[in-house]
Amino acid sequence: MAQDPIHQFQISKIIPIEVGSLDLSFTNSALFMVATVAVTSLFLIMGTSGRGLVPSRWQSMVEMSYEFVASTLRSSAGNEGMRFFPFVFSLFMFVLIANLLGMFPYFFTVTSHIIVTFALAMLVISTVVVYGFAKHGTKFLGLFVPHGVPGALIPLVTLIEVISFLSRPISLSVRLFANMLAGHITLKVFTGFVVSLLASESLGLFGPVTSILPLIMGVALTGLEFLVAFLQAYVFTVLTCMYLNDALHPSH
Amino acid sequence: MSPGNAGKENGEGKPREADLSERMDRLSRSLDAKRQAEEKRHGRKREGDAKGIAQALRLSTEFVAGVLVGGGIGWLIDSGLGTSPWGLIVFLLLGFVAGVVNVLRSAGLVADPHDRSRRD
Repeated sequence: MAQDPIHQFQISKIIPIEVGSLDLSFTNSALFMVATVAVTSLFLIMGTSGRGLVPSRWQSMVEMSYEFVASTLRSSAGNEGMRFFPFVFSLFMFVLIANLLGMFPYFFTVTSHIIVTFALAMLVISTVVVYGFAKHGTKFLGLFVPHGVPGALIPLVTLIEVISFLSRPISLSVRLFANMLAGHITLKVFTGFVVSLLASESLGLFGPVTSILPLIMGVALTGLEFLVAFLQAYVFTVLTCMYLNDALHPSH
Repeated sequence: MSPGNAGKENGEGKPREADLSERMDRLSRSLDAKRQAEEKRHGRKREGDAKGIAQALRLSTEFVAGVLVGGGIGWLIDSGLGTSPWGLIVFLLLGFVAGVVNVLRSAGLVADPHDRSRRD
């Protein structure tokens, strides 16, 4: 069991709740989502409670995360996009903190389940669609008809654009989920080698000596995983900003 | 600086303050020069690296998602209208095209539709 690389993704019920035929149990996934929100809130509330003109370390971390998301949003969706700032900032912090919490040994990684990332992606895309139609009406459909295309090609190009639009939530969710899943499995497999090499009796002295190699790999992969945890949150945010930009200016 | 303190050290407080502000100015000037030199050497490159990795992570899934969605639509049409296998064939090819468009667009080689109209 200790070396089963998939075991870490298993969902277990902590408090079973059933409403009618619906299973609404409080699972370990839900627990870590609550933990993510709690850590994020604690980080931001504690960081902004001082409100010093000269920021403390904590406050400057909070300010850095604010400025990072704000500049990303401004550069891809313009000043108009700042009305979505609370939404984008919440998404970024949730994904980032969930990814980073997953890096603790024995912790559950919320973003390694596709249903979670797909729900986040659908939240983004439905915001884009609802806001786009509410603001621009049917003009929002101009997103699917590029300008300057010969008349005969318009049905074909529109079809391709529609498929391209529909593939957005898929690629958004699959990217985050696949990276977290693959990273955690790789980490578990390599560090599992250390244990099995140390425990094997048939290898004699050879086992403990060679177990250094997967250990080095495990250390290097941990560093890589921290990078991926941050980059995936960043990519998710950048793409959210680009899609929101489409809702704000569908065909300019 | 509290007002009581300022009154006590009025005599020597002023020259010290001027001295201090001059030193601060000198420090910030040399820091600026250093920061600019540093930016020239590393800043641009480091930013480019992070953006490059982020873009590389995007490209692979953009393509796969296009093919998956195209195939999914084709399969749905087939199972709904009973046109098997034509829906799957046509929409899988269209999905392939959409995937290529996705990749080229995220690499910045093809303009977004609204970008093109902006240029007109």
